[in-house]
Amino acid sequence: MNAIAPFEGIGASVKRKEDLRFLSGRGRYTDDMNRPGQTHAVFLRSPHPHARIDAVDSAAARAMPGVVAIFTGADIKASGIGGLPCGWGVKNKDGTPMAEPAHPVLAHERVRHVGDPVAMVIAETRAQAKDAAEAIMVSYTPLGSVATVTAAVAPGATEVHEGVAANTSFDWHIGDKAITDAAFAGAAHTVSFDLVNNRLVPNAMEPRAAIGEFDPTNDEYTLYTTSQNPHVIRLLMGAFVLNIPESRLRVVAPDVGGGFGSKIFHYAEEAAVTWAAPRVKRPVKWTCDRTEAFISDAHGRDHVSHAELALDKDGKFLGLRVQTLANMGAYLSTFAPAVPTYLYATLLAGCYATPTIYAEVKGVFTNTVAVDAYRGAGRPEATFLIERLVDVAAKATGIDRIELRRRNFIPADAFPYQTPVALEYDSGDYQSTLDMALAASDWAGFEARRSAAAAKGKLRGIGISTYVEACGIAPSHVVGQLGARAGLYEVANIRVHPTGSITVFTGTHSHGQGHETTFAQLIADRMGVPMNQIDVVHGDTSRIPFGMGTYGSRSLAVGGSAMVKAMDKIVLKGRKIAAHLLEASLEDIEFEGGKFRVAGTDREKTLTEISLAAYVPHNYPIDELEPGLEETAFYDPKNFTYPAGAHVCEVEIDPATGQTEVIAFTAVDDVGRVINPMIVEGQVQGGVAQGIGQALLEHAVYDAEGQLLSGSLMDYTMPRADDLPNVAVSHHTTLCTHNPLGVKGCGEVGAIGSPPAVINAVVDALRDYDVTHINMPATPPKLWGIINAARPALAAE
Amino acid sequence: MPQVTLTVNGTTHTAEVEGRTLLVELLRETLRLTGTHVGCDTSQCGACVVHIDGESVKSCTTLALQANGASVTTIEGLASADGKLHPMQEAFREYHALQCGFCTPGMVMSAIDLVQKNPQGLSEHEIREGLEGNICRCTGYHNIVKAIAAAADVMHGKRAEIAPAMA
Ligand code: FES
Ligand code: FES
Repeated sequence: MNAIAPFEGIGASVKRKEDLRFLSGRGRYTDDMNRPGQTHAVFLRSPHPHARIDAVDSAAARAMPGVVAIFTGADIKASGIGGLPCGWGVKNKDGTPMAEPAHPVLAHERVRHVGDPVAMVIAETRAQAKDAAEAIMVSYTPLGSVATVTAAVAPGATEVHEGVAANTSFDWHIGDKAITDAAFAGAAHTVSFDLVNNRLVPNAMEPRAAIGEFDPTNDEYTLYTTSQNPHVIRLLMGAFVLNIPESRLRVVAPDVGGGFGSKIFHYAEEAAVTWAAPRVKRPVKWTCDRTEAFISDAHGRDHVSHAELALDKDGKFLGLRVQTLANMGAYLSTFAPAVPTYLYATLLAGCYATPTIYAEVKGVFTNTVAVDAYRGAGRPEATFLIERLVDVAAKATGIDRIELRRRNFIPADAFPYQTPVALEYDSGDYQSTLDMALAASDWAGFEARRSAAAAKGKLRGIGISTYVEACGIAPSHVVGQLGARAGLYEVANIRVHPTGSITVFTGTHSHGQGHETTFAQLIADRMGVPMNQIDVVHGDTSRIPFGMGTYGSRSLAVGGSAMVKAMDKIVLKGRKIAAHLLEASLEDIEFEGGKFRVAGTDREKTLTEISLAAYVPHNYPIDELEPGLEETAFYDPKNFTYPAGAHVCEVEIDPATGQTEVIAFTAVDDVGRVINPMIVEGQVQGGVAQGIGQALLEHAVYDAEGQLLSGSLMDYTMPRADDLPNVAVSHHTTLCTHNPLGVKGCGEVGAIGSPPAVINAVVDALRDYDVTHINMPATPPKLWGIINAARPALAAE
Repeated sequence: MPQVTLTVNGTTHTAEVEGRTLLVELLRETLRLTGTHVGCDTSQCGACVVHIDGESVKSCTTLALQANGASVTTIEGLASADGKLHPMQEAFREYHALQCGFCTPGMVMSAIDLVQKNPQGLSEHEIREGLEGNICRCTGYHNIVKAIAAAADVMHGKRAEIAPAMA
């Protein structure tokens, strides 16, 4: 029996296959693994934002109990290995390449941020390694430092890297300046505002960890690591840092406890433990402490921008001008230059038919930990800018904010739509999505709710954001032109076993997204095999042919499409085998519901019969076909995918405290075809939680010198259950037109659409206080200050 | 080194520990019960919650020696011997209350204690407040709250089975 129960196919909320192991404590995360004979590494990190290393004295530390070895930046340098590579090169306005200073694995001569690793201590136990790290004496000469982008580009600012003028890695632009300036010159209205996109710490709940291992019998290295993309780590670390051929380097990313972008990048600790393993002749394990994660995981966002919009007398957008300073931190992390350029400025058209856009972006070094992709990566920053700017323009022109959006939406019949900033949107229906969100949130009934809240002494506000994003990353030829130093296709290998069960090997990686379920559903639906006979394997370069991993909401759109291609090959081969066995012509063999059938007859072979014939080829077209039933496909997307949606947030502010309560949140998203609605809903809810966190709670705060003030979970406000509302999720679907599944991606929409909806609601709640903009997070002191400053004036009226 | 004797998931163990050894280290490293996780170093996240004599406790903030003579239950010990899941585990699966699974063991152990301490039942608001000591970065808590409410009905005998989540 190979029939698929209807509750397992595409569109069913199948319960997750992975849950049983996680719920019974049988997940296996990197820190859960111990390798035979392993040692423990601890990294000694810089307490200074910027300093010269004059001397490292580890003699006393070496003599401490259990210490196996201590390595410094000088040791790493002496071994001749490279620094950590950047995977994306951006060009300056004049066509010259960005400044790309070396990023040593362990700091050598200079430290450039608090947390920069200076030495690696390896001991029998973690406690011994920690004790010894404390005994290392490092002599530093503190140097001047810069912590913010504005300080870093100011004349005379300290150089984070000697010779990088104005601390500017790149000075990049997109769009047509002259046409945009002309649009502003002729405009009936222009509005502008300054904004900050607050710096965030990703804080996946599983701290990073890595185990390096070396097998001298065959010169093979293994790295177990908390990664979203083990093949990318193998490529970057093997080829650029340690010079180990792919055939001798295995990278395993087992269960990973959340990533949100922060586990894409190749980190120093991965290279250090792998490098050290043959030197100490034992496996080397490192597990990050949370407080250490705050100063060593890449952070997210951190933009300072100026935005201007030109409108005609009817409120039609004529042009958009944007200047952004994007914090890169002290070094260029793996994808850092792509985030504020090709993942940000290309999205500045938003949902609107703005005819011309010009954006200038500087990537700026500071004495802070590196900044790179965090859930949404660039698109939340673009969306926050546009969706706040539209509200600012609505207020300035007196046009209702919903009406202003409607007047400027790209119409549903205008797709495919070429924006002035490089992207071609393939599909969407922004008016209908907006209609659904207004209905679902009872937008029309808001004023009554506001009055009721006012009667209780609360300030109630409602806000909307209508967003589009680009994900399903990415067409290799496009990103190659834009500076990516890798292709961004995906790989699937599908193995039909002799008994008809299936294993799919995917180059994507699941760290909460539920791939073991969604992919099994996809295969079940197409191959007619029950889900319990389908296993999904990811996260091990020795088992999976290749892959680029999971980020940019790409796993289903790119990885799933690779599976479809591989299944197409399986079905074709199966039809050939069936044609032979059923003595029919290939054209007459159809495949459906797990059966190969001669069209119009009841002569058929099950997939199991076909796979058995393929592996036991006694009666087999051996002259034309190889035995076996296993296919590999690489899928390179033709375009990005363009999820879009409308998010509505309703808040109440207590004027006595400035505290904001999110009363309701409504998300209507177009993520293309939905395979598992339960999982999609969960992805959106989780993304919205991070967006509300950014809007109201979270902020990585550095002091002027570069000390991280919000450097632990006691200081950095993570959203907790009582900070958040229920999040109502629904969909308005238009299909992606260029991938075989019609899927767009759902992993980031929540974090992209929600922050401006929240802040628009907060600003709306304060409509009596003459507030144009509030930077995130809208904390109680900030709002209380606004309300309190206005109090005497209001009282005097 | 001092000795500690404790019962974990029904089995009695005696181990030598350092004075500074944390209960979570004893569980994870000595007993290799790696279902209990460590998500922070400031007693904030709750990934490490276990039950000591039936009460939820952050095992990252408890010395192993403090558990001497105690009975400890971890996520591995929740299901009955025949493999039947605890209603809270069932409810988390039914309501998609976990994504990456890292916060999940602590979340489940906290939730069980929360429900047990409130036989009169819990409002959504009370459940949210009761989860103050546990952080989940993945789910936005929406489904965790629903799962706990559904499990409470079974744990308090109001229903025989977990109410199905709406598809
Ligand atoms: S590990 Fe975070 S509270 Fe115990
Ligand atoms: S499920 Fe990932 S942290 Fe809660």
